[in-house]
Amino acid sequence: MNARGLVLPLGLLALWQGVAAGGLADPRLLAPPGEVAATAWRVLTDPAIFLALGASLGRCLAGFVLGAGLGLCFGLLCGLSRPADRLLGPSFHALKNVAVFAWIPLIAMWFGFGEEARIIFIALATFTPMVLNSWEGIAGTPRALLEVGSVLRFGPWQSLARIRLPAALPSMMTGVQLGLMHAWLATIGAEYFLAKGTGLGGVLIEGRDTFDMALVLVGVVLLGAVGLVLSQMARLGGARLAPWKREIA
Amino acid sequence: MSVSITLPRAAAGPRAWRLPAWPAALLLPLLGLLAWAAAARAGWLTPAILPAPAEVWATLTELWQSGELQSHALWSMGRVVQGFAIGAVLGLALGAAMALSPRVEDYLRPSFVAIAQVPVIGWVPLLMLPLGIGEALKIVIIAKAALVPVTLNTLAGIRAVPRGWVEVGTAFRYSRWQVLRHVVLPAAVPPVFTGIRYGLTSCWKALVAVELLASAEGLGFLLVWGRQMFQMDMVIAGMVVIAAVGLVFDASLALLERRLQPWRAA
Repeated sequence: MNARGLVLPLGLLALWQGVAAGGLADPRLLAPPGEVAATAWRVLTDPAIFLALGASLGRCLAGFVLGAGLGLCFGLLCGLSRPADRLLGPSFHALKNVAVFAWIPLIAMWFGFGEEARIIFIALATFTPMVLNSWEGIAGTPRALLEVGSVLRFGPWQSLARIRLPAALPSMMTGVQLGLMHAWLATIGAEYFLAKGTGLGGVLIEGRDTFDMALVLVGVVLLGAVGLVLSQMARLGGARLAPWKREIA
Repeated sequence: MSVSITLPRAAAGPRAWRLPAWPAALLLPLLGLLAWAAAARAGWLTPAILPAPAEVWATLTELWQSGELQSHALWSMGRVVQGFAIGAVLGLALGAAMALSPRVEDYLRPSFVAIAQVPVIGWVPLLMLPLGIGEALKIVIIAKAALVPVTLNTLAGIRAVPRGWVEVGTAFRYSRWQVLRHVVLPAAVPPVFTGIRYGLTSCWKALVAVELLASAEGLGFLLVWGRQMFQMDMVIAGMVVIAAVGLVFDASLALLERRLQPWRAA
C-alpha cells in the first residue's frame, strides 16, 4: 500500500468538508462528513443492518446454489455431448443475450414478488457464467491428455473422472467466482425490483427515500465489502481445490 | 500429380451419428414454439401468464407500425451511446495513464479499485441523492458500467506489450510518442477491444436496470409498462427487442474489431 493512494480520497474528503462547512450545498443532500460518520456509527452498532445483511446473504447463497448447480449440469452436458451442444447450445446463446434485468418483469408476473421470485432471479443470473465456464472448461480439455487416457485404456467414466473433470476444474472455479459476483449483484437487484424493504437492497432504498445519506453510504460500503469477500473466498477456494492451475482469473 | 494419403481416423470406432448444425439449432426453439402455441390454444395458461406466440408477434408488429418501438429503442440506444462514450473514453485515458506512469497508478489505483468494487446497481441509490432520477443519473450509471472493464483491460493490455517490441522501437530511434503510436497502442488493441466489447455489454445491462428503476421511455420502460398493464405480450416483445439490440451492438463491435486489426487472421 502506497501513501500516494490516500491523496485522492483525503482530498475529496477535505473538499466535502469544505463544501459542507461553507454552506455551498443543500445539507439534506450533502451532510458534513462528521455527521455522516456519526450516523454511520449508529447504523453499524444497530443489529438491524446485520439482520438485513444476513437476509441478503442467505438469499444470495440459495439462488447461487440453485443456479450454479443447474449451470454446472447444463455446461457439462453441452461440453461432453456433441448432440446436446448442437441441440441446446444455440438456444442458450440466443437467450443469453437478454440483459439479465430484463427478466425481472417476466419473473414478477410468473412468480409474484416473494422470496421465490427473488431466488429464481438470482439463480438465473448465476446460471449463465456457470454454464459458459464449465462448458468451456470441459470442451477445452487438451487433446494430449485425452490421448494419454486412451493409451492407458481408460473407460469413459475413468476418462471423465480422472482427466476431463480435473482439467476443467480451474475454469469451473472461475465460473463459481463469476457466478458469485453475479449472484450478489442480482441479490441487490432483486431487493430493489422484486420487493420493497428486505435485505441490504431494502436498506439502500430506505436510505434514499428518507434522504439519509449516511445510511446509503454505509449500505454501499457494505455492498462493496461483501462483494470483495465473496470473490476472494471463491478465488482462494479455487486455488485450493485446483492447485494445479495457479492463477484463476 | 498429387499424392493422396488417407490418414487413419483417430479413435475411429463406430462412426458417431452427427447432428447437422443448422436444423439441430432450430429444433429446440421450434419445439418450444409449438408447445407454447399448443399450450396457449388449449388454454392451459392464461394470457396474463403466457400469451400465444401469435399475440406477441402481433404486439411486436403493432408497436413497430405505430413507431413506438423505434422511439423506445432509440431512447435506450441514445442513452447507452452517450454513457458508453463517456465511460469508454475516460476508461481508455485512465487505463493508459495508469499503465504508462507508475506515479499516476499510485495516486489513482486504490480509489479506482474501491469504486469498481461496488456493483453498478449499488451506486444507484447514492447517486440518486445528488442527481435525482433524471437523465444525468442514467448516463452516469451507464458510463460507470463501461468505465471499469475498459480501464482494467486497457491497463492490462498496455502492460502486456512485450518489452522486446518497445526495445525494437527504441533501436529504430523512435521518439516516445512514436513508440506509443506505432508499437504500444497497436499491440494493445486486442485486449483493449475485449474491454470495450465487455463494457458495451455491461452498459446495455445497466441501461435495462436503470430504465426499470425510473424512466418514462425506453425499452426498459416498455417492460415495466407491460407488466403494470398485465400485458405479457408487451413484456415478451420488449425482451426480444432488448436481446436483439444487445446482439447488434456486440456484433458490430466484433466487426469493428476485425477491421481494426487486419494483421490478425481470425
